[in-house]
Amino acid sequence: MRNKLIALVLILGIVTMATIGAAGGQEAKTSEKMELTFFYPVMVGGPLTKLIDQLSLDYQAINPNVTVKPVYTGNYDDTVVKIQTAIQGKNPPDFFINLATQRFSMASTGVAIPLDDFIAADGAEGKAYIEDFLPGFMEDSFVDGKIYSIPFQRSTMVMFYNKDAFKEVGLDPNKPPTTWAELVDYATKLTKRDAAGNVERYGVGLALNSGSAQWGFTGFALQNSVGGKNLMSEDGKKAYFDTPENVEALQFWLDLQNRYKVMQPGIVQWTDLPTQFLGGKVAMIYHTTGNLTNISKNATFEFGTAFLPGNKQLGAPTGGGNFYISAGISPERQKAAWEFIKFATSPERLAQWNIDTGYVAPRESSFDTQLMKDYWARMPQAKVAFEQIPYAKPELTTYEASRMWRILNDNIQSAVTGEATAAQAMRNAQAQADEVLKKYQ
Amino acid sequence: MKKMKRTVKTNLTAWALLAPSLVFLLTFTVFPIFRSLYLGFTRYELGMMKPEFIGLKNYVDLFGSAIFWKVIGNTVAFSLMTVIPSMVLGLALATLVNRKRKGIGFLRTSFFYPVVMPMIAIASIWMFIYMADSGMLDQFLIKLGLQPMNVLSYKESVKPAMAFMYVWKEAGYLMIFFLSGLQNISGELYEAARIDGATGWTAFKKITLPLLGPTLLFVSTIALTNSIKLVDHIVIMTEGAPNNASTMLLFYIYQQGFAWFDQAKASALTVIMLVIMLAIAMLQFVKSDRKIHYN
Repeated sequence: MRNKLIALVLILGIVTMATIGAAGGQEAKTSEKMELTFFYPVMVGGPLTKLIDQLSLDYQAINPNVTVKPVYTGNYDDTVVKIQTAIQGKNPPDFFINLATQRFSMASTGVAIPLDDFIAADGAEGKAYIEDFLPGFMEDSFVDGKIYSIPFQRSTMVMFYNKDAFKEVGLDPNKPPTTWAELVDYATKLTKRDAAGNVERYGVGLALNSGSAQWGFTGFALQNSVGGKNLMSEDGKKAYFDTPENVEALQFWLDLQNRYKVMQPGIVQWTDLPTQFLGGKVAMIYHTTGNLTNISKNATFEFGTAFLPGNKQLGAPTGGGNFYISAGISPERQKAAWEFIKFATSPERLAQWNIDTGYVAPRESSFDTQLMKDYWARMPQAKVAFEQIPYAKPELTTYEASRMWRILNDNIQSAVTGEATAAQAMRNAQAQADEVLKKYQ
Repeated sequence: MKKMKRTVKTNLTAWALLAPSLVFLLTFTVFPIFRSLYLGFTRYELGMMKPEFIGLKNYVDLFGSAIFWKVIGNTVAFSLMTVIPSMVLGLALATLVNRKRKGIGFLRTSFFYPVVMPMIAIASIWMFIYMADSGMLDQFLIKLGLQPMNVLSYKESVKPAMAFMYVWKEAGYLMIFFLSGLQNISGELYEAARIDGATGWTAFKKITLPLLGPTLLFVSTIALTNSIKLVDHIVIMTEGAPNNASTMLLFYIYQQGFAWFDQAKASALTVIMLVIMLAIAMLQFVKSDRKIHYN
């Protein structure tokens, strides 16, 4: 009896180990029927998982030989970690969605492949396909002149404003501020204090928490820079933080808080800002177009959307995720992934994605579809995001982009909380950025 | 001969029965520790198939970085702000509920209730309390005619604010240990003390505290290591803002490994954390062993 028991325990042990071992191994696949694995993150609310599943089912209906298996992989950072783990286990996903800003890392580490050969193989059609993408979005697909990613779930920053508050203080609700000077003027009028001097409503709101400050700052830097120069070089190897224009832009933020006192001092969270706007605690906010659905559903007042006010010129940051194809899989699988990506980025699909999620469709022709026209008729505020794209440029994108974001965030915060002046903060940011990027020079 | 066979058999049974937990312990505890130790000496970045040995460079880089020292400082400060207050509060609560009276069960449950809530949930709730201007705290201050503080925004207030929340959560947990310690102290001692005229504070000082020695040692170790291992609330509430004023060691490890994809640096930091934890545990057991009365 006891012998049997021992045998049983041992067998169980062996079976367990064998199962663990097998899970790490690779499955052999025949070329006839293909199953593609697709990693994707979800960054906004709503039934996105369902939409992605539907996308792959629709594709399979047309291409019965190819099954696309979407795997939800958390947020953008989690997705990179999971891709990395999968690569080290020699079982990479066939394609994936990740931040456009990760493309330098994806290219330099050999995780993703350039797509130029596929585009060239599609001939005139391929050329037309790429040219149809809006330049503001397509611009951050390139690494050393090669296309490494295809824009998909993209966003940009717009201004949401409370029209009722505008009317209350005698401003024209159809004329939002267009310049920094007007912004200060409007915000001063819109800021409301009670008898004791406590602020009941701020004029303007910006999220300055880690992960948001660098996005908003890109917009202000673009508006103030010489000829709309961005915060980094196009090859992603240099950061330009310590320019007099950027110091001015940061100083403008500090002035909104401390000099004009029309913006909440300290750090307001990204997720709190729409809540404060909806609660009437702030009259104008800088936020993502992705919040349009939330705000239009919950606003108890009439609201409008507008371009970000410019200074030397107009400017706004773009952000969001692109499609990448993995290195380290067979050329047939790469080709099949490419076909799926083209399907997912067809004008109608992107228009639908825009309507369902609040992301901005990155293709020009999406905006000619009936779907989009109907949507704009229902929700005129959605149009601003599209119209602003010609003035929009990519957010901070370099090698080791997430580390660089952190550096910019930390130093902006050091100025906002009074630890450093605007000039000191930008100087520190520059020194830290140079330290990170020096190995890529 | 027969006896030896029997011993082998017994041993085999023991091994077989231990095997499953041994496998898990080796896979998920022992192996990762040694792997971290090894990776700490390498360069291992995104997309690299194999780590590349670079000796002590990760440690040299870390010890030369201002942010690393800031993070260590934050972690020490946070521990100082939480360990003693949560222990005092835990002991006070335990003393309060260590009696047989109607409704005491309810009281114990409500003191314990923050403990069963996950840190994520607590952090999300306290976000609303600490929210700038419209949060509960700032609204309260405004009602009192004071300035709103926006506590999470400033380097002076962000750690105390988080520490306060953590003490609130942790005190109930520590209370449980103190409660069991208190209930092990014989009532006769207090009775004898009362006859001799010692009550209240004197009895607490002369009887309760010395006899709680082992519990105190255990609780302080738990409280200290817990305060260092904490990460969830930072992810939810500040992500280390403003300018790393609330970045603690574990969150920094998480950032290095999972936001910047630098597994080697994260491993080196993990080793540093492990050394700190071991040092604390050893120091406490070795140093305080002599002074403690075990009943």
